[in-house]
Amino acid sequence: MGLLSSNFYDFFGIEHKLNLDLKDLEKRFYSLSRQWHPDKFTLKSAEEQQQALDATAILNDGYRTLRDPLARAEYLLKEHGFDIGEQGAKNVPPELLEEVFELNMALEELRGGDESARGGLEEARNRFVAMREGIDSELQEKFVEYDRAKDRNVLAQIRTILNRRRYVRNLVNEVEKELAGAVA
Amino acid sequence: MTPLQIDFGNAERVVGIDLGTTNSLIAFLDATGHPAVIPGADGDKLVPSVVTLTRKGEIVVGNKARAALIDEPDRTVYSIKRLMGRGVADIQEELKLFPFRVAQGSEAVIRVELGERQFTPPEVSAFILRQLKQNAEKFLGETVSKAVITVPAYFNDAQRQATKDAGRIAGLEVLRLVNEPTAAALAYGLDKRRDGIVAVYDLGGGTFDISILKLHDGIFEVLATNGDTHLGGDDIDNRLMQIALEDIHTDWGKDISHYGDAVQTLRRAVIEAKERLSFAPVTNIELNYKGKHYQREITRELFEKLIADIVDRTLGPCRACIQDAGVTPEQIDEVVLVGGSTRIPMVRNAVETLFRAKPHTDLNPDEVVALGAAVQAGILSGAVENQLLLDVTPLSLGIETMGGVVSKLIHRNSTIPASATETFTTAVDGQRNVLIHVLQGEREMVKDNRSLARFDLKEIDPLPAGMARIEVRFLIDANGILNVTARDARTGKEQSVDVKPSYGLTDEQVEAMISESIDRAEEDFNTRQAAEARVEADRILAAVDKAKQNDAYLELSDEERREMARALNELLVVYHGDDHLLIRAKIDQLNNATMKLAENMINTAVTGALKGTKI
Repeated sequence: MGLLSSNFYDFFGIEHKLNLDLKDLEKRFYSLSRQWHPDKFTLKSAEEQQQALDATAILNDGYRTLRDPLARAEYLLKEHGFDIGEQGAKNVPPELLEEVFELNMALEELRGGDESARGGLEEARNRFVAMREGIDSELQEKFVEYDRAKDRNVLAQIRTILNRRRYVRNLVNEVEKELAGAVA
Repeated sequence: MTPLQIDFGNAERVVGIDLGTTNSLIAFLDATGHPAVIPGADGDKLVPSVVTLTRKGEIVVGNKARAALIDEPDRTVYSIKRLMGRGVADIQEELKLFPFRVAQGSEAVIRVELGERQFTPPEVSAFILRQLKQNAEKFLGETVSKAVITVPAYFNDAQRQATKDAGRIAGLEVLRLVNEPTAAALAYGLDKRRDGIVAVYDLGGGTFDISILKLHDGIFEVLATNGDTHLGGDDIDNRLMQIALEDIHTDWGKDISHYGDAVQTLRRAVIEAKERLSFAPVTNIELNYKGKHYQREITRELFEKLIADIVDRTLGPCRACIQDAGVTPEQIDEVVLVGGSTRIPMVRNAVETLFRAKPHTDLNPDEVVALGAAVQAGILSGAVENQLLLDVTPLSLGIETMGGVVSKLIHRNSTIPASATETFTTAVDGQRNVLIHVLQGEREMVKDNRSLARFDLKEIDPLPAGMARIEVRFLIDANGILNVTARDARTGKEQSVDVKPSYGLTDEQVEAMISESIDRAEEDFNTRQAAEARVEADRILAAVDKAKQNDAYLELSDEERREMARALNELLVVYHGDDHLLIRAKIDQLNNATMKLAENMINTAVTGALKGTKI
């Protein structure tokens, strides 16, 4: 890749932060696209075409990652050597144990054809959605905290919150799938 | 040496092609930078995507081939786009509805029969492309070798690859495949709007696409796309065909669905009836066949009942697209309609209701895609500077993992080029190969997705199980086509990858078709050379005509004038022949015979200028 950095933050020429100005990010994306898009290199040499292709792939992958707060946080965590994977979301966060146990019971009942479980499930879904919103504002606070102090301990906390969020998201998806499936 | 000739320069020209299910068009950017569709020899801008093999063994494309649908149904094929990039297993539904004659032994690659010969869908498409290319060459008076071709946005990798192959077989360097709705947005944006959110609803002959774009200062950013590659006007025609065939069966006591000529005549009749119903509340379907007459009245009300579910099927993808784009219907500033089927009032109403906006219909829905392709061609050639398309991949890309589950690497609606890197290892000691199965689609299980290809990582260094680390990079390029490269992460050395496409042609097969088409194209080549020579002859003939009005002509001796007249006549004699060398020889002869005249004209001009008078 030569002079081009494959680090997303560096490619966009922005500071490695968790809160980003999305308008500014978009502006940079458009301007870098004008510079690197393969359309501008169609009649150039094979090497130049390949470089444009590589550069735009980084640009597009980077924009997709950086504009989404969760993907951005995961990217920055990885940059700092934190292991991020679906694995973390498989362990039940201890504070949710009881809730999840009850939820699984209700899901079983609904699958078994017990329609009376529906009301309880809808309630559970609303509770989990509210929980997810709570987690999001908690994350937002941590983002601000990290950007101020660049403290590695804050990143560790963010990772724990991200895992919990992923777990809750999976729960919401599962309940919604079950509710939708039961209707059909 | 040839003072009367005009120099047109040698700027690289790139044309834009809309390779449609029903009709195909070719367009270019004119001298003022505006896109324009190039008409064929018959003056028609729409070239029907119909190919026939005459009994003399000639390939004929377009309106003439369309006529052959009735006279020579077994030697003629239409809607070939429906078979592009597909396997025999997935066209069983099509075979019930379309008279494709699929040859025996088409398991790996589909071949359709035209009379005694067989062709793959990319070859048939190449015939259409070659015709368009010829039309453009005749019109522009120059060779055309570079093109942008449009494809449905929802086309998968195999369908895109097949389209690219068709271009190569036709002798075109395909600089870019552009999604049809995106091309339409480009033509529309150039014409009407600079900023805002635009939805493009494209219901063509055989495919349906919906795309939502953000327009900003010359950048056309596709936010999301969705669609159905087997939904279009053809399906609407089939509904009408069905009731007409049943009627006829009852009336005549005869099932005519196996008589190719009768079916094609009826098809033409129902298409015309369908088109009339866009303007009239009631019309007739009529058929005269071997002295028998059939007629039935059809109201728009009944027509709408027949097609309601087809129109409905377009709405699901629209809703999904709105959601994926992350916008609300209220945020969409305008809806652009593309494709002939959007002339149907019921389709317009459905779009209006869903998007809560009156659809934009100023642009000709048949031409807008080709015009957009010409604009994109201009972007690539550098003729258009400020516009840039940022398109997306319509389908997620994933690999097969344990238990037949798909692990997604690149999600749908990702801006392309897009890439993902995965590291693979071995499962047993000394393993030399790793097979990667790549799929496209949104479902969780392998069996519910579209198999793209199997990549065989070969000659891996023999190591204990799990020690090898092969980094594989999946890259979807700006055409929406997958490229795979691999390297050994330990040594950094390039790893060889063997590609086995699940559908479509291998590179070798395409190469073979290209060389075959070159053999067969020798005649085509001669015809084209003659056409080009004729264009040149036209130029000199026009110039001579004009020069005869000049005073300098009178200054020639009788002998010189006779010499000129003879050269002129000789050129006219060979003009319509097929021998381009002879035409060119006669052009040179005329050039020489007019040398004196040209000199005189320059002298007259100089003398005139000295005298200060106009010549």
